[in-house]
Amino acid sequence: MLHLILFLGFGAVCVAGAVNLLMQRHPINSALSLVVVMGSLAAEYLLLGAEFVAAVQVIVYAGAVMVLFVFVIMLLNAGEEEETKGSRVAVIFGIPGTLVGSLLIAWVLLEHSGTRSVAVGALPGPPKTIGWLLFHDYLLPFEVTSVLVLIAIMGAVVLAAPPESPRREN
Amino acid sequence: MVPISYYLILSGILFACGVTGFLIKRNIITIFMSIELMLNGVNLSFVAFAAEWKALSGQVFVFFVMVVAAAEAAVGLAVIIAVYRTRETLNVDQVNLLKL
Repeated sequence: MLHLILFLGFGAVCVAGAVNLLMQRHPINSALSLVVVMGSLAAEYLLLGAEFVAAVQVIVYAGAVMVLFVFVIMLLNAGEEEETKGSRVAVIFGIPGTLVGSLLIAWVLLEHSGTRSVAVGALPGPPKTIGWLLFHDYLLPFEVTSVLVLIAIMGAVVLAAPPESPRREN
Repeated sequence: MVPISYYLILSGILFACGVTGFLIKRNIITIFMSIELMLNGVNLSFVAFAAEWKALSGQVFVFFVMVVAAAEAAVGLAVIIAVYRTRETLNVDQVNLLKL
């Protein structure tokens, strides 16, 4: 019962943050609601017993990625977005389409996925076991990901570097 | 005890919100945030299925998704900075030509 209450509470916060992200016109407000969504998702992961994922969610997503977003918003001095013809068309077709889509997903899940339940911490995911999986069964993907991150760092530096100015002659 | 389908519905709602934001937003940074929202919804369904089938590899995949999303955020925001430097706008409707 307590589990259900906690799930519904954090789920409501999560959905409210996601809807607020869509309603706000200023990017910084959207970024802060995204932080709320990610924080309450971390709580949902804890309810599912995934402590490692919850910690990484807070550190990587709510910490690093969102700091990067806020930094870029501040750097570019992004203001309120203006309405255009394209955005009105997208609102007219996008919102009903998404509503129909999510209702369809919810109906299919409720009808066909059975009513199996998970208790709090049904699947303990201690960091030790995850680390064992990561460095034994999934060692190759792990190494490939590290190469990907290295390439991404270099790409970001090259892309964000200011255009080359003609070198001053002494 | 919470049925697993509730978690999946929550993840579907988050994904749908991300798709809607991707469609209706005109600021390139907000569009990027909608993509992150979609990735978060998918992560939640990964963890829910991992709990249902008692398979920890689902959580390992969430870890990989997070790493790739972080790399994507770094490169994507660098692209946004480059776009802003050449066009001086963040509105995607004004960034519709490859040519300057």
